[in-house]
Amino acid sequence: MTLLAHTGIVFGRALRATLRSKTNLFFGMLQPLLFLALFGPLLTELDIGVSGSSWQALVPGVLIQLTLLGGSYVGLGLLMDRSLGVVDRMRVTPVTPLALLLGRTLRDVVQLVAQAVLLVLLGLALGLRAPLPGVLLGLLFVAVVAAALSALSYGLAMHIRTGQEFAAVVNTAGMPLMLLAGLLLPMSLAPGWLDGISRAVPFRYTVDAVRQVFLGHYANGTVAVGAAVTLALAALCLLAGARLFRSAPA
Amino acid sequence: MSSLSSSVIRIRGLTRTFQLKSGPVHAVRGIDLTVGRGEILGFLGPNGAGKTTTLRMLTTLLPPSGGDAEIAGHDLLRDPAGVRRRIGYVAQSGGLDPACGVREELVTQCRLHLMSRGAARERAGELARELGLSDLMDRPTGALSGGQRRRLEIAMGLANRPEVLFLDEPTTGLDPGSRAELWELVARVRAEHGTTVFLTTHYLDEADALADRVVVVDSGRIVAEGTPADLKTRYTGDPAASLQDAFLAITGRGATGEPVAI
Ligand SMILES: Nc1ncnc2c1ncn2[C@@H]1O[C@H](COP(=O)(O)OP(=O)(O)O)[C@@H](O)[C@H]1O
Ligand SMILES: [Mg+2]
Repeated sequence: MTLLAHTGIVFGRALRATLRSKTNLFFGMLQPLLFLALFGPLLTELDIGVSGSSWQALVPGVLIQLTLLGGSYVGLGLLMDRSLGVVDRMRVTPVTPLALLLGRTLRDVVQLVAQAVLLVLLGLALGLRAPLPGVLLGLLFVAVVAAALSALSYGLAMHIRTGQEFAAVVNTAGMPLMLLAGLLLPMSLAPGWLDGISRAVPFRYTVDAVRQVFLGHYANGTVAVGAAVTLALAALCLLAGARLFRSAPA
Repeated sequence: MSSLSSSVIRIRGLTRTFQLKSGPVHAVRGIDLTVGRGEILGFLGPNGAGKTTTLRMLTTLLPPSGGDAEIAGHDLLRDPAGVRRRIGYVAQSGGLDPACGVREELVTQCRLHLMSRGAARERAGELARELGLSDLMDRPTGALSGGQRRRLEIAMGLANRPEVLFLDEPTTGLDPGSRAELWELVARVRAEHGTTVFLTTHYLDEADALADRVVVVDSGRIVAEGTPADLKTRYTGDPAASLQDAFLAITGRGATGEPVAI
């Protein structure tokens, strides 16, 4: 109860900061939309081995890509606040330390889900066909992945000194994960060895599950595995993020 | 300042060592100190003396390597949350978001001290009036002058009516006029609310003008303490000497360049 109330206070401040930076917000929203609008049409004439149009494979992929990128970079904002002394100032208040992390993470979840909604709407306009319950389930996947990566990103940012170092770490870890998850094209197109490696990447199961629920298939093995892997990953990331956040060095 | 005899801070054997790849850095080597309720204490020392490290430990931001402390009735190690409820802290970097408005920073700080929305708004208005910020409420903090920014930071440090206010180098980087204003402000806060003020500084004139008692630290240790007049008499034999001369006698080192700073 206390944790919830304290998280709400921190969330409010973080959300107002986000809404204040109109330019950031606008371009942050625009980028994934442009990506979908300008990259998507390249695939419509290709046979990428999915049922329905290529949008059925691409829109879930871009959704998870948006979440991966958006979620993993939030630590940069925390680094900025740390250098301004904002984080320390807030740590010397009675607010539960964990709320300082969860409040920000919740803001990121809200922001990324809002962006995801726009992306789905654009997808629908371009040719995606998905039932409403499927879309809502897909957004739930987005929310869980966003929470996981955001918490981990903040934990990491408490242990790294400069933005350059942070970006280097996140880029190096994020780029192969994103390619190996088969976000833009399904891994069924990959040669055996690549497909094999990609089975070790948890986001592969997330995106496959989102593709299924967008097709209106809810009760099958792919969705179950995707949900299980995503939830396990989220639990792990949140735990690690909270630990890293608390054990911040001087 | 009902009674200077009752103490509000008791520090025993506080130490902090940083482990670096190049070897250990003994930033604070054993501080014993008692601060009376309503006292303004000047924690004076050159750069690198361990002032900030000491303050970060006392404000619960940094775990000590050794020793303990009791602050405003709460044990630093066993009840850090209790300490945080009863203190205010203004770091040297200040902790303001330049894009955030003055009103919002004030209200949010009160909310972080767990006031209801209504109480937070009311307290923010009160703080703004008391610290002369009422006309600046709708400005982003990034558009404030150095002196105005410091006033806002102190207002935020006072949000919870703390028993102890910790200020880390509050006037470093301010012009002479703003420094004098800030000294008056700190003295007024103590006079009106009985707040104990623990401030670090490397300016001798600041300690001289503001502090009831000066604690001189060097290389993580207390090397002298007393009222500014005490220190001057004790170490130079002349109460009319400057604190500068006293410091020279205490540490065997002089000022580095700046005439008023050690
Ligand atoms: N996070 C840290 N890691 C390693 N060394 C540190 C750290 N913080 C401070 N120090 C070292 O501890 C000593 C005291 O620093 P500090 O407390 O900042 O001094 P002051 O505030 O009096 O200028 C310095 O030698 C400084 O380099
Ligand atoms: Mg310092």
